[in-house]
Amino acid sequence: MGLESWMGDGYIATKLEDVINWCRKNSLYPMPMGISCCAIEMMAAAGPRFDIARFGSEVMRFTPRQCDVMIVAGTTTFKMAKVVRKIYDQMPEPKWVIAMGACTSSGGMYRTYSVVQGIDQFLPVDVYVAGCPPRPDNLLNALMLLQQKVQRGECKGTAPAYVGDFRRSHQAKTVG
Amino acid sequence: MSPSRGGGAYEEIREAELQQLRRHIYEEGWSNSSPMQAINEKVLGMLKSKYGDAILGANEFRGELTIVVPKERIVEVCRFMKEDGELAFDLLADLCGIDMYTPENRFGVIYNLYSLKTKHRIRLKTFTEEENPKVPTVTGVWGTANWHERETYDMFGIIFEGHPDLRRMYMPDEFEYHPLRKDFPLMGIPGSLDLPKK
Repeated sequence: MGLESWMGDGYIATKLEDVINWCRKNSLYPMPMGISCCAIEMMAAAGPRFDIARFGSEVMRFTPRQCDVMIVAGTTTFKMAKVVRKIYDQMPEPKWVIAMGACTSSGGMYRTYSVVQGIDQFLPVDVYVAGCPPRPDNLLNALMLLQQKVQRGECKGTAPAYVGDFRRSHQAKTVG
Repeated sequence: MSPSRGGGAYEEIREAELQQLRRHIYEEGWSNSSPMQAINEKVLGMLKSKYGDAILGANEFRGELTIVVPKERIVEVCRFMKEDGELAFDLLADLCGIDMYTPENRFGVIYNLYSLKTKHRIRLKTFTEEENPKVPTVTGVWGTANWHERETYDMFGIIFEGHPDLRRMYMPDEFEYHPLRKDFPLMGIPGSLDLPKK
């Protein structure tokens, strides 16, 4: 790039991937998949009080073509699952998924015929967030965990992270 | 004298309220002859004189009148209830289904009517059998019955004959069951709803 001649030999890091990942993690564009009440807390996280812009993720895009991370916020029914999956498929690689809230992570209180008992049945989830709904702080915590994963170059639901009080038994169920 | 927790003034107000309520219920005969019941009697009288054989039963509970009508006559009774100038039940507040889970007359359809003119509510009921449950549609009377009947069809499998667009409301189109039937398990039939591949 010509920088070597300016800064001297051997100064630029040899792994370009680390630099790219650093860029990626600080400009994650979320796809706000707000399906029910968790979306209200997601909007609060985007507002000035909690200010998701501090982490470079304030650009909520309503087209999947411009997004990196899908925040699935709300109860996902079987009918909606097809839509969620379609939007996920339209996002360009690399892409990540945050399962926000109890319903999204495990079906939550909707233990019934119409609700998918955890979106990890049809999506690779990177971070699970507990809460009904989770506080905006928890969503920001999830985003910070996701940034660590992005920096490490992890994607597609490898080694999912957990925010909040997930019981061990539940963890075993959602991971397996 | 019982010890009072709150302030004296508050206790007095509460006691006065209770006395007023007691007087209202027991002395003024609130539960026996209210204006609501007068309208109920009038409605039932009009229906009986016009459709005497079509009134299978009538029940009054706390001033609310419920009339059972055979399904063959439900449309003309509904039309009369709506278009009669005196009754004027012009609003179909709700239409829902019920699964009695009995050998005969298993499924029912309930019509909750409201009159903007008299501010009165009436409930109509009709029943149908388990095999091939069919009820004529009332979309011709109240347009709002369209979506209500679609929902009832989705949840109970009651077929509304003559409905202009009887599709499912909530469940996917290819779903084969009716979830609010009593014999449907809470967690659904395994494999009946497909998920996208991971």
